[in-house]
Amino acid sequence: MKVRAIRCLACLACVLASSIVYAQSGSLLRFCLRSEPKTLNPLLVADDASETVRYFTGGVLMRLNRSTQRLEPELATSWKISDGGRTISFKLRQNLYFSDGADFSSADVAYTMKMLMDPSVHSPTGDEFRSGEGKISTRIIGKAQIAITFPAPIVGLDKLFDEVAIMSATSPLKERAVLGPYRVADVKPGSYLLLTRNTNYWKHDAAGRQLPYIDSVRLDIQQNRDMEMFRLIHGEIDFINSLDAEYYDRLRAQAPSMVNDAGTSLDAEQMWFNQVASSPLPAYKKAWFTSVNFRRAVSLSINREDISRVVFRGYARPAVSWISPANKFWFNTNLRPRPFDQKAALRLLEQDGFHLKNGVLYDKAQHAVEFSVLTNSGNKAREEVAIMIQQDLSSIGMRLNVVTLDFPSLIERITRTFNYESCLLGLTNNDLDPNTQMNVWLSSAENHQWNPNQKTPATLWEAEIDNLMRAQASTLDIKKRKQAVDRVQQIVWDQEPFIYLVNKDALSAFSNNLHNVHPVALRPQVYWNVDQLTVGTQLARSR
Amino acid sequence: MKRVQQVAISFILLVAALSLLPQVFSTMSYAQQFRDIPDAAPSHQHLLGTDDLGRDRLVRLLYGTRVSLLLAPSAALLSTVMAGMIGGAAGFAGHRVEKLVMAIADLFLSMPWLFLLIIVRALLPLNIAPMESAAVTFILLGGLGWAATARVICVDSKSLAGSDFVLLARASGVDGWHLFVSHILPNLRPLLLAQFVILIPVFILAEANLGMLGLGVVEPLPSWGGLLREIENIPSLSMRPWQFVPFALLVAVVSSFHLAVKRQESTI
Repeated sequence: MKVRAIRCLACLACVLASSIVYAQSGSLLRFCLRSEPKTLNPLLVADDASETVRYFTGGVLMRLNRSTQRLEPELATSWKISDGGRTISFKLRQNLYFSDGADFSSADVAYTMKMLMDPSVHSPTGDEFRSGEGKISTRIIGKAQIAITFPAPIVGLDKLFDEVAIMSATSPLKERAVLGPYRVADVKPGSYLLLTRNTNYWKHDAAGRQLPYIDSVRLDIQQNRDMEMFRLIHGEIDFINSLDAEYYDRLRAQAPSMVNDAGTSLDAEQMWFNQVASSPLPAYKKAWFTSVNFRRAVSLSINREDISRVVFRGYARPAVSWISPANKFWFNTNLRPRPFDQKAALRLLEQDGFHLKNGVLYDKAQHAVEFSVLTNSGNKAREEVAIMIQQDLSSIGMRLNVVTLDFPSLIERITRTFNYESCLLGLTNNDLDPNTQMNVWLSSAENHQWNPNQKTPATLWEAEIDNLMRAQASTLDIKKRKQAVDRVQQIVWDQEPFIYLVNKDALSAFSNNLHNVHPVALRPQVYWNVDQLTVGTQLARSR
Repeated sequence: MKRVQQVAISFILLVAALSLLPQVFSTMSYAQQFRDIPDAAPSHQHLLGTDDLGRDRLVRLLYGTRVSLLLAPSAALLSTVMAGMIGGAAGFAGHRVEKLVMAIADLFLSMPWLFLLIIVRALLPLNIAPMESAAVTFILLGGLGWAATARVICVDSKSLAGSDFVLLARASGVDGWHLFVSHILPNLRPLLLAQFVILIPVFILAEANLGMLGLGVVEPLPSWGGLLREIENIPSLSMRPWQFVPFALLVAVVSSFHLAVKRQESTI
């Protein structure tokens, strides 16, 4: 009896000591946002900074594991898609509470979906669920069960819920009542945001300890990247989520243990020619840009290996397709990077009547081949890519003029006036499912940059892409979808409406004070497992 | 001519001569990329090393000097002449003209030039040669930079207009135009020269910033402004001090202009 009592007391002491240590530890995670969040409302998130806050605070029904690239249950224990992709049913966890103590139930999911799809809210997240005309309907089956039906099938429907932070239908705090690991405690506009742990967060580790391990998170608003790096080196912040190659190299030289290259990211740099029939370009230039031989010759003349090595210091790979190799399932592994072969390029150009004279390339009508490439000013790496392409193309007699413009002027030219010849921009991709790029690949789409808003497809291959993209969007058979998407990648590789240049690596850095960090290529690279991170002396306890 | 002035003028002439004869130092082109040695340290082959794309820094500095040393003083001269004529005349011609001209100058100073420059970029063809783009840029800078200087000149001109020697000249029957050209402008010369020297580095840096709008000296043609953009990255410079050379040259040239002009002022 005595021994038992002593054991009980010892256990109680351990538990108390543990909880006291946790309560008093005051562990703090610090990092920088490069701009101020435009909103704290999870429905209105459209910028990176707001997305970061949503990731830390939002509770979602399911979460894409950034490492395995598979969906994992969160607030929903299971889900089922039925009715040909129109309906999704969730079974929810029970006895969960929002950060302010409000109950979580299926009514909150219904409320969130209602707000998300409300046209007056203008939710960018909600736009991804708009599959067709008509309203969505939610059917509350019980406190812990709900079915949501959309007017038309949505491909990859379940993955979209990774971005839907569930809001409380009853809490007076509205969007400030959260189900994620942290809640917003303090906001100093232009200076910082302070998040503190959500004491009602539902997750526990294998030892039964409540997550997250870190008590609070301070997000400093810091635009200056030099200052951000200085603060990391001096231990004032714990990580930098995304680094440029130049900064990565500098940091690696000073503190090699801090940097991490998680491999190829989903981001790509790409170039395209203006193929808009109504653009104010002269007819002979339109003829150049609509010729597949011309586009392929330009592509063959660009030394992607050099761009990767010189501009991105080796932290990039020659790009192949509109889907990055980092997207393990959807990338077409049969495709290979376009080789650097200027002789082959000249042969292709000769087929179209181009010829070299005194080092200058002329077309059939004796027009010297000269065109401009637009890119956004202020992006040093992109400007350098353009200058390297300029030298590469000069080797086959093409004169390329590099024009850097402020972003609004550039967008005006490529989307409204179409007064440009070619453009070099980067594609930032957060979604794995190719269906989210329907607005790029359909010939009728606004973002079909080389020739947007077509009434009927201008070319046979664009018509084929339209059919394939619509086919993959209308079936839930993953094998058929994969076949269609592979074929689209093959057509794009053959026709080169976009000339893909490089896929950049996902570079990040974190201090030795931060533990349980497993950076990945997908955003958010460093803090995707935010509730598992520990700082400083918490290491031993969290393991 | 004092010795300091001689040294300053000699230095400017030397820099100008070197920039006109870059082939003495190297047969390389300013655009040639040595991609196997990007960001290299100084060596026998590349005396100031190479930039991020492997281009020879010395050759780019010499060609950049040619562009900036020719165009920035030209723009400063244009601006100063406009300011001298407008500001000088406003101060001399009487209260009403002064009020009108100063109102125009204020309007010029308060106008959102950024938007005007964006419009100018929109009007220019995209396939403009680098040297043409540079010339347009500096003409714009020269044409737009007169207002602040004109205000300063106007004050001095007004003071001169009320001075005894001008009253004497008027009393002697000297007409307005002759009075302005022969008596007011020569007395404004020290101020104009000082303004001219001040405007040179201002225009060099302004050219670098105009690159953001698709104006300025476009790649691959180098300019001091473009070369100075590299030293935005101060931490990396501690490891590559030779990147300071364009900045040092700019400071030396502008100081030389200043010394040359100052000495000239003192001789007036």
